[in-house]
Amino acid sequence: MNMESWVITLFFVLPFFCAFVNPLADRIFPGVQRVLTTVMTFALLILTIFVCFYHQQTIVYAVGGWKPVGSVPIGIHLVLDGLSGFMLLMINLIGFFSAFYAIDYMKEYTGGKYFYVLICLMIAGMNGVVLSGDLFNMYVFMELAAKSSYALVAFGLRKDELEASFKYQVLGGMASLLILFGITMLYWKTSTLNMADISNLLQNSDNDAFILFVQLILITGFGVKSALIPFHGWLPDAHSSAPSPVSAILSGVLIKASGIYILMRLFINVFHPDEYIALVIATLGGVSMFVGALLAVGALDVKRLLAYSSISQVGYVVMGLGLGMTVIAKGEDASAAALTFTGALFHMFNHSVFKGLLFLNAGSVEYATGARNMKQMGGLAKYMPVTFASTFVASMSIVGIPPFNGFFSKLLIIVAAINGEYYFRAALGIIVGVITLVTFVKFQVYTFYGKPAFVSDFGESPTFMKISMISLVVLCFVLSILIIPEVRSLVIDPALDTLLETNGYSTKMPGS
Amino acid sequence: MRGMSIIVKKVVQLMSALIFVFGLYIVSHGHIDPGGGFTGGVVLAGSFIVLILAYGVDYFKLKKQKEITSLFENVSILILLLFGLSGLFAGSFYFFNNYLSPGAPGTLISGGLIPFYNLFIGIKVGATMFVIFLALTIYKEEASK
Repeated sequence: MNMESWVITLFFVLPFFCAFVNPLADRIFPGVQRVLTTVMTFALLILTIFVCFYHQQTIVYAVGGWKPVGSVPIGIHLVLDGLSGFMLLMINLIGFFSAFYAIDYMKEYTGGKYFYVLICLMIAGMNGVVLSGDLFNMYVFMELAAKSSYALVAFGLRKDELEASFKYQVLGGMASLLILFGITMLYWKTSTLNMADISNLLQNSDNDAFILFVQLILITGFGVKSALIPFHGWLPDAHSSAPSPVSAILSGVLIKASGIYILMRLFINVFHPDEYIALVIATLGGVSMFVGALLAVGALDVKRLLAYSSISQVGYVVMGLGLGMTVIAKGEDASAAALTFTGALFHMFNHSVFKGLLFLNAGSVEYATGARNMKQMGGLAKYMPVTFASTFVASMSIVGIPPFNGFFSKLLIIVAAINGEYYFRAALGIIVGVITLVTFVKFQVYTFYGKPAFVSDFGESPTFMKISMISLVVLCFVLSILIIPEVRSLVIDPALDTLLETNGYSTKMPGS
Repeated sequence: MRGMSIIVKKVVQLMSALIFVFGLYIVSHGHIDPGGGFTGGVVLAGSFIVLILAYGVDYFKLKKQKEITSLFENVSILILLLFGLSGLFAGSFYFFNNYLSPGAPGTLISGGLIPFYNLFIGIKVGATMFVIFLALTIYKEEASK
């Protein structure tokens, strides 16, 4: 183990430090926490880029310096491999732009210092989840992110926000209980919590009824966390009630870091891929994709519409994941699995960028007009040209119009489904794309075109909000070049390799 | 918030010091006995809470107490993080490294950094529990006004 691997602890030490220093600094210099948090998230982004692109190798780090006894790992390990690095890039990118956007946006809220503490803790929790190589430690970090998000959803303290937060807490608590139960069962069976060790132990045995039961429990738990359709009840309320920069983080990365990432890690790297489990995951994904899109068409609240469409877009990712797992479980051609996983990872990244951007757009519309119902808006294009243009780009991305990034990732998933002769799923992908088009055309028409419903007593959003939105618009274009294999090999392929070498994770133990 | 009768006040006056000392005992023996920072911290908070319940405090004092307690909470968690970080810089590059000598097992002065972690976890948990109690009391006072 090389000396500079301690750098990966900074991914949660920095946000923790920032979170604990913020209230102290606020007593001396009021308002300084805005600068502190933004600088911290920027430092994290730089650190992520350094770790992902210049230091491309797996790091296994033992917290506290506990050496393994024989071949049994004791203590907590942090593992940074391709998939973790990919997730870190996503989290810290959206984290930075949200914090930057919040500089102006949070001025109208009181109690800003609590906001920055909570947002730092949430980023620390998400970074910890993707870095952890220990199941229980992962659970603790997941709960940290979840608890801060409960508080952030209720941040406005209005009646509907408190109700949304309460609903989120009850369902999130149920999910955590199921996940803890699953982890306990797994610990009972294998007597270890280190994921690499569990993977090692489960590799040699077939899936018996016990392991299948644990897998179903965990699918339910993480299904709630990532809001797949039968478990989605909390998401539309929670994501639409939070302040907009928080909604961008919740919808953009939290459901992926504490839901889909762990699904990927556990069901591909740790457990032996099973055909029926893969079918369950792919079905959940397909159902969420379709029903989520239908729910989004009917919504009239801007942020609710975006929240429902998150369910639908996450469904694409989960369906791609399920398809890839099926291919691996059947022992078919690895290149087919590679295509679906690339599509899923690519779409996950794209979704975090354009959904983050859309929530920031909805935030600036709300900031300017104070309204969230689309029927009360109209003709905003004239007054808010930047918001209008960036919403247009984000909508075209999410619908999947070339040359924006959403087109390429959806294309990959659909082509992969056709290659694997899953024609129904491919057709579903196309139909959902059309429904999404309808949804976002409706969003555009109601909000930005037509007769102005307001007398113009408001203008464009403040500077920091504009810069944040414009940067994400640029990213919507730039990410399209990930379709070129040479560029893709830099960003997506490390994560893809982690997913494809299903048994490779078991070697990521210290001392092996 | 009004206080209770003289009997309760006198008993609490005698008891709260004992409860506080017992909390300190649990915190300081965390590394050799059952208990530790969390358990002891809750007991520490309990000694303050019974005092407030018995004697009652006026609204403005409550606000001020909440400010001070949350400062304690804040500083102690920051110190905990710095202890963890000190492991990084104490030559080994391991976060949360226990670099002090472990001493003789079973004695009070042993376990390296663990007693210090326990101490600050105790302060943190005690302050958190007390802040939660104060916040609920302040809310009740505000609602009854």
